[in-house]
Amino acid sequence: MEKHDGREAGRVRPGDLRDPWYDELASGWGEPDGTGAPTTPAVPAQAAAQRSAADIYLEVQASAAFQEVRRRYRRFVIPAVAAFFAWYIAYVVAATAAPGLMARPVGGAVNVAMVAGLAQFATTFLLTWAYARHARLRRDGAALDLRWAVYEQKRAQEQQERERELKRGVEW
Amino acid sequence: MTGDHQTLALVLFGVFVAVTLAITTYVSRGRRGSAEEFYAGGRLFSPMENGFAIAGDYMSAASFLGISGLIALCGYDGLLYSVGFLVAWLVVLFLVAELVRNCGRYTLADVVAARMRERPVRIAAGTSSVTVSVLYLVAQMVGAGSLVALLLGGTSEAAQTWTVVGVGALMVIYVSLGGMRATTWIQIVKAVLLMAGTLALTVLVLARFHGDFDQLLRTAADRSGHGGQFLAPGLKYGGGWTARFDFISLGLALVLGTAGLPHILSRFYTVPTARAARRSVVWSIGLIGSFYLMTIVLGFGAAAIVGSDAVRGSNAAGNTAVPLLALDLGGGADSTGGTVLFAVVAAIAFATILAVVAGITLASSASVAHDLYASLRRKHGKPRSEVAVARCAAAGIGALAIGLGLVARDLNVAFLVGLAFAVAASANLPVLLYSLFWRRFTTRGAVWSVYGGLVPALVLVALSPVLSGSPGSLFPGMDFQYFPLENPGLVSIPLGFVAGWLGTVTSRDRADEAKYAETEVRSLTGAGAA
Repeated sequence: MEKHDGREAGRVRPGDLRDPWYDELASGWGEPDGTGAPTTPAVPAQAAAQRSAADIYLEVQASAAFQEVRRRYRRFVIPAVAAFFAWYIAYVVAATAAPGLMARPVGGAVNVAMVAGLAQFATTFLLTWAYARHARLRRDGAALDLRWAVYEQKRAQEQQERERELKRGVEW
Repeated sequence: MTGDHQTLALVLFGVFVAVTLAITTYVSRGRRGSAEEFYAGGRLFSPMENGFAIAGDYMSAASFLGISGLIALCGYDGLLYSVGFLVAWLVVLFLVAELVRNCGRYTLADVVAARMRERPVRIAAGTSSVTVSVLYLVAQMVGAGSLVALLLGGTSEAAQTWTVVGVGALMVIYVSLGGMRATTWIQIVKAVLLMAGTLALTVLVLARFHGDFDQLLRTAADRSGHGGQFLAPGLKYGGGWTARFDFISLGLALVLGTAGLPHILSRFYTVPTARAARRSVVWSIGLIGSFYLMTIVLGFGAAAIVGSDAVRGSNAAGNTAVPLLALDLGGGADSTGGTVLFAVVAAIAFATILAVVAGITLASSASVAHDLYASLRRKHGKPRSEVAVARCAAAGIGALAIGLGLVARDLNVAFLVGLAFAVAASANLPVLLYSLFWRRFTTRGAVWSVYGGLVPALVLVALSPVLSGSPGSLFPGMDFQYFPLENPGLVSIPLGFVAGWLGTVTSRDRADEAKYAETEVRSLTGAGAA
């Protein structure tokens, strides 16, 4: 579905759940030979009013909105990782160290080991569903707002820079 | 195996090769050779397409033939494998998929290099990615060779050699001509074929037992010759404590390794957003989970219907369990149904190997061109040549994999896969997680954590019973075995994490706060994502 959103990226409003994935500002990022503008501006902060891209990220990182997104992500992911990892390790250790316990019958030919193995499948599916739901309802909207905030601040900063260059050109 | 099986299987496989080559030419017509196009297929795949492609990338012939065979021979202990392979995806979903999509462009090194000094970090991460890919590739090549030997009956050396060469040549063609777009479609086609074939066999097995799973288990236990023990852990890994620790080591490697496999990470760059990356992982967990559930039925079904002794008689490692099961389910060796089903299963296994091999080759050529070549070449080179380098790298890696695949012909496929996972978990995962989540992580920490996981993993394997000191070793005549376990994960994974921590706390320069802010904001919001 998202793949058709590209053309309209510019018109998507903040808060819109469609992702404005197309972003020409970022298209040189991480290039090893430095051809695509790494996020440092060409003109260092001579004017007090001007902020660098690094400042934008530091500011967003310190903002309450971002802290909330990060808090929501961590409060789901940290306990969930701890839980499934402990459960998996317990399963592997039990299977290798306590085969007697695992062989105990539960009903018919089914024993504890079989139930535990299938339970691993079940918890994996359950956690996948829970994570996807949590991310969709609790994080996606806020993350998209922030993405737009960064995008707009960067554009404003570029705009300022262009105007300054233009002015300098006129003075010369 | 009779001539009918072979001919039909070869015809079906020929059809698959023709279709995939057609796809390669079709999708690559009129495309510009941009890096975005070559490495990431234009980033325009839908979550469902990418989910199928991830599943196609991940479910190797080792899973299809190996795990069901292991279940048919050792019962429950085979099932332990599939649990590890599936649970690993939670690590990918929770900690890696979305964040990597947001922070990187083509490779794992992109994510790390964003906040570190680029050159040393790229060289380190590129080296470990290529190592993991080559190990995994060799496993698939060896698998392809033994599959053919199995099909043609006996172990015809020439046939094995030519298969390995042929598979290598095909993968170089797919990758260097079609790039990520062709690779993805081949993986999607393969995933659909594999799921359909597995589903059909599962339904036939369950129909044989009138849908009674309990009856299936009891028959399997009876015919295995182990009785109730067959359904409990311990037949394979229940020996001494060495065997048990070896299994724990493997379990750890399986669950942590998936998130460090370069060909899995590169799949997240083929979708437009982090949200699409998440949804593709959800798709792939659904597909992979149901696939492994079905292999359990197939494995116990092979034990119950074919019988463990017959399976062992055909191939000591159990790799023929599913083809034999298909033969029986279709109506026996002399029936048309049996012949057709057998040929279909064999062709699916071939297709599986080709698709996995293409994915790994692409990811490793990206590591060579985007990380290693870009860091090591002289400055002022032509910047547009990166894709050309990647195409050449694909051919080079193909040649290397063919060579190693021929040398390592006698190594166990499942062991090689386990080894690739162990190296990925030791060298790639620590640096990835530290870069994404640890504010104070430094360049030295990054470099140390890669080499601190990679070197111990490889050294421990060299000192393990796999290479020397036991009758089944690669060099049975020599003895330089000092490490008791076959899988190094239990030691090397913690070492990778410790080395990263140690490198960070001992480095003189502090971590760059602003760059970490950028990584953190980008990873969680998608700001400025490629």
